[in-house]
Amino acid sequence: MEDEAPVIYGLEFQARSLCAQEAETESIRFLVGTQSLRSENQVHFIDFDDENSIIKKTIFRHRDGEIWNMSASTFDSSLFSTCFNKTSDSKSEMRAAVWQIPNSDMEPSSPGGDDSSSAHPHLNLMCYLEAPSEESSGRADVRSVLWHPAGDSQALIGICEDKLVCWDLNTASSSAKVTSSKNVEGRGHSKTISGRWNPHHNCQQIATAVDTAVKGWDLRTMSPVYQIESAHSQLVRDLDFNPNKQYYLATCGDDCRIKFWDTRNLAQPLKIISEHSHWVWSVRFNRFHDQLVLTSSSDSRVVLNSVVSLSSEPYGHLVDNDDDEEANSDNEREGGDEDSLKEESQEPPKDGVIATYEEHEDSVYAADWSSADPWTFASLSYDGRLVINHVPRSEKYKILL
Amino acid sequence: MTFSICKAVFAETPRVHFRFRFLRIKTIKTMASKQENGGMEDRQRRRDLKMYYGLENGDPETEGSVQHAMINSTDPCNLDGANFQPQTYLSKLIQERSLTELMDEEQKMVKDIRGLDSDMQTLVYENYNKFISATDTIRKMKNDFRKMEDEMDHLASNMSAITDFSASISGTLQDRRQQITKLAGVHSLLKKLQFLFELPARLNKCIEMEAYVQAVRYYTKAQRVLHQYDHMPSFQGIHTDCESIIKQLRTKLMERFRQKESTAKQLTECVDLLTQLGEPAESLCDEFLSHAKQKLDEDLEEMKTQIKLYSGEPTPGQEQRPSHAYMNTGMDVLEFVDLGCNGFLSNMCLVIASYNDMFMNRNMTDESLDTIALRKLVLFVNELMEQYFNSVRQRVQLEKETGDNTILVRALDRFHRRLQAMNKLLPDTDFSRAGTEIVSRGARDRVSHYLQSLKQHFADCLTDIRQNLAAPRLVGKQDNTARLSELLANMQSSVVEQIKSVLGNLQAFIAPDITFAMKPYFRGPFCSQDVREGLVVAFIKHICITCNDFCEVPGDKTTSPPALLMILSRFCIDLENASISYLLSLAEEQFMVEDRMPLTSTTELFAMAKDTGQRLLNHYVKVQGLTISQMLRKSVETRDWLTTIEPRNVRAVMKRVVEDITAIDMQVGQLYEEGVRKERSSDSSRRTHALSASQQNRRPQWNYAPSVDNSLMSNIQKLFSEKIEIFSAVEFSKVSVLTGIVKISLKTFLECVRLRTFGKYGLQQIQVDTHYLQLYLWRFVSDENLVQVLLDEIVCSAVHRCVTDKAMMEPSVIDLICERG
Repeated sequence: MEDEAPVIYGLEFQARSLCAQEAETESIRFLVGTQSLRSENQVHFIDFDDENSIIKKTIFRHRDGEIWNMSASTFDSSLFSTCFNKTSDSKSEMRAAVWQIPNSDMEPSSPGGDDSSSAHPHLNLMCYLEAPSEESSGRADVRSVLWHPAGDSQALIGICEDKLVCWDLNTASSSAKVTSSKNVEGRGHSKTISGRWNPHHNCQQIATAVDTAVKGWDLRTMSPVYQIESAHSQLVRDLDFNPNKQYYLATCGDDCRIKFWDTRNLAQPLKIISEHSHWVWSVRFNRFHDQLVLTSSSDSRVVLNSVVSLSSEPYGHLVDNDDDEEANSDNEREGGDEDSLKEESQEPPKDGVIATYEEHEDSVYAADWSSADPWTFASLSYDGRLVINHVPRSEKYKILL
Repeated sequence: MTFSICKAVFAETPRVHFRFRFLRIKTIKTMASKQENGGMEDRQRRRDLKMYYGLENGDPETEGSVQHAMINSTDPCNLDGANFQPQTYLSKLIQERSLTELMDEEQKMVKDIRGLDSDMQTLVYENYNKFISATDTIRKMKNDFRKMEDEMDHLASNMSAITDFSASISGTLQDRRQQITKLAGVHSLLKKLQFLFELPARLNKCIEMEAYVQAVRYYTKAQRVLHQYDHMPSFQGIHTDCESIIKQLRTKLMERFRQKESTAKQLTECVDLLTQLGEPAESLCDEFLSHAKQKLDEDLEEMKTQIKLYSGEPTPGQEQRPSHAYMNTGMDVLEFVDLGCNGFLSNMCLVIASYNDMFMNRNMTDESLDTIALRKLVLFVNELMEQYFNSVRQRVQLEKETGDNTILVRALDRFHRRLQAMNKLLPDTDFSRAGTEIVSRGARDRVSHYLQSLKQHFADCLTDIRQNLAAPRLVGKQDNTARLSELLANMQSSVVEQIKSVLGNLQAFIAPDITFAMKPYFRGPFCSQDVREGLVVAFIKHICITCNDFCEVPGDKTTSPPALLMILSRFCIDLENASISYLLSLAEEQFMVEDRMPLTSTTELFAMAKDTGQRLLNHYVKVQGLTISQMLRKSVETRDWLTTIEPRNVRAVMKRVVEDITAIDMQVGQLYEEGVRKERSSDSSRRTHALSASQQNRRPQWNYAPSVDNSLMSNIQKLFSEKIEIFSAVEFSKVSVLTGIVKISLKTFLECVRLRTFGKYGLQQIQVDTHYLQLYLWRFVSDENLVQVLLDEIVCSAVHRCVTDKAMMEPSVIDLICERG
């Protein structure tokens, strides 16, 4: 039972941004944005056929500039947002926009109108996300855009270096209206680096990484709820909420560590993992089995950790057992229970590294789980290499059985 | 024949005997009748007589011989022969001889006959007289005997008369005798009664005279009788009198018994008497023990106050004047133990000894009493010893000050010895175990105390070093360089010295003149568990743990200075290399640790120390790398690279980086060896050449190739170069440490560059900066290629992030700027 080999897809340009197509639950899809200053940037729409390990790609042109960050809509699979850098000779500014993937139905018609410059279709611009600024220039740099995690309201949040902006997206009129904005300037020059929307508590909180600290915000009042001072000894690069267990938060940063926190008790991290030998750029919980934590680092490695002790299934597969019970007949049920008990006693789940993936040769700035398949994830290194990998089967069966 | 017998009889017993009277008479009669017989008979008779008397008339010789011949011959012609035949003889004579001769013969014969006749007459006459006198004698005897018989008869009659009399007397006296016996009995009874009546008075007198023994003897004598006849009123009176007197006596005895100053002998006497008086031995035991307890309690109390004084607790109800307080600082531990030994223990011994005298092995009557008494004693002793041990334990625990512990050891020794003496006294109980426990506890406390002070000392060392490092550097850097190794040496020697002195101090516990030191149950655990494990190993572990803690300060910026980390790292390595084995062997040697099985092995400690050293060094690299990379990051982040001016100089921050790295290099160089370099280039000219060559190789590619190719090229390049581990473990050498720091710094530089967007001059500035770094950093690292690769990558990334194409600066210009800067 060999593990499936990783699937590698190379981009022509350097790339930093990667996201799974959140609203898509049927097939494994990722979006990758390139980062190139001098050539036209692209968004690669990757459709991965798990059974045949074939990648189907569609490339769209992203004319506005190099993409630094992207995130997919949680309610409409065709929508996603990018944060891009628009440079002129004298200045560069970060802007954000919501895009729509062109309908495939339209595709046959478009080749006819193709210009010679590019064979790829353009993305449909839904709208720009303007962040108002007190300065005369009128716009603030948007570093990342968050979509409402539950997908039941069309709200977006922009993380700027010194402020948070909320928009209300109106897909019908293709416009976004700023609903609120909050200056979050800390002391000194500390800048907000990234943020995540808390999927719990009715989606009313977000957390942002500011320099070495992590801050929690209540969206209703736009006021800070909690703060982890010096969460890491150096910059905090990324954070993620446990999708199944409220209050639980993972952070990663330049001190090569991943830390797990309980937002109710911030004095001490619950757990510290130091498996990377350089800055950790992203941390992601698996949406289905939250003991699986994916991290990527500029030591060009991707590490898959198992953090069973802090997961919502600390005893492994109790939920699955219930399913088995329903399926099995009464006679078999007892046997099945015994078996499962035996298994548990034989192998108490332990924390630790499940696998380290070394397919990359440059810093890996982004990694994300597929929204459709709990066992598939993609990682993207700066040299433009996208690797689609799987959770090792042994681990998978350990979790399932 | 009869004649010869008579002759013999008369010869032998010349005295007359009346029984032979008749016999003699008869013999004489027969002899007389026979004398009248023929010549034959005469001759025979005569011969016999001659033979009898041995008388030979004439010439005895011839006659004798002749006679002899005649007798012996059967010659019938021999006159004297037995077979003489007169006829034959006569015929023969007539035939042979002449007539004259016959005539002579006849004359001779007539003469012989005549001679014989006269002989016979004389003989008869002589014998006749004898017969007459014999007969007279016999007659006289007959008269005497008759008289005697009469007297005998008289005696017999007298005897029978006496017998009759005596029988009659005894018959008359028979009934009187019983009466007399009865009277004697009554007499003695009366005597006893008198004794009884006099008893109270006597007892009183005895008590007055304090002759208690006498009194008790009287009483015990009379007691039973009194008890028996208690129902009779008179006796009852006496009895009650006696009782009251005895009660008095008893109380007196009790008083004496309770008196503190009574001697042991007196006490023994008292107990003896009291037991005789029927006082139950058990209650006496209790009495005695409680009496003894008061005294012992006083001793214990004294010890407790001493402890209180020593520990500085205010004694209640005592006005503390300053001088008084000074006087009462409490005695030291030796004095204290002496106090315990001389006061409590010796009193205890006295009590046990006198108790043994009094109650044990005496009452043969009651075996169970013995055991009860013994049990009581043991209980009593155990309880008090418990208190005593508690006091001593408390006191020993109070012994805190670090200095010399000979006094403590001596105190413990004395204590231990005394307990052993105690053991001999009371064989069933074992105080030496409890005592040894206290001793080992004391020793262990001592060891842990020493460990504490060692830890404190180590902490002090660390503070010292910190202060030294923080102190302003008075004289230039040269001074500074010498300092680290000096600090390290100081710390090492002071720590080792400290351990040595502690071990030396602890040796007092196993000095040969200390009794408990020789006990295996003390020595074994003390040497191996306490000293080796509890002190040396624990201290080394403590060092490792403390050092490890320096690596585990998350997110705290105000951590220990890096130089301290460096020193500690070296310290750990030195521990591993030399100090651990030295200290352990020193400890084992001094304390003769034997069994090694359950002990921490040296390899474990080595590994621990090495691991700690490694971690410290890694941490050092991390910290130093971080400070430099922080500097670089800030410099990249805060600058506007898009609109910067054309580079004229190397940026100051780069110079600062090089300076810092140089300083670090010197710092590390003091403590760690150089280490191995890869293909070290000795002259800078070759290196510059190589650099320019490699730049020339790359230049066309940067200038003319499109960016796609560029990234392809860099990818291909990476394929052949090993992956660079940034935060990897370093070796214990200067080069390795510096390489680590440089790697971290440059990687940060790279990542920061990738996050920025560059204008033409921005890119050129990066070119200048990286070239400058290359010029100065190569000499610090083990593999200069590594610096090259990283710097190339930085430039490459900057090129990528540059908004304009073809913006590279000429290498010659870069060289020029760098040389100028």
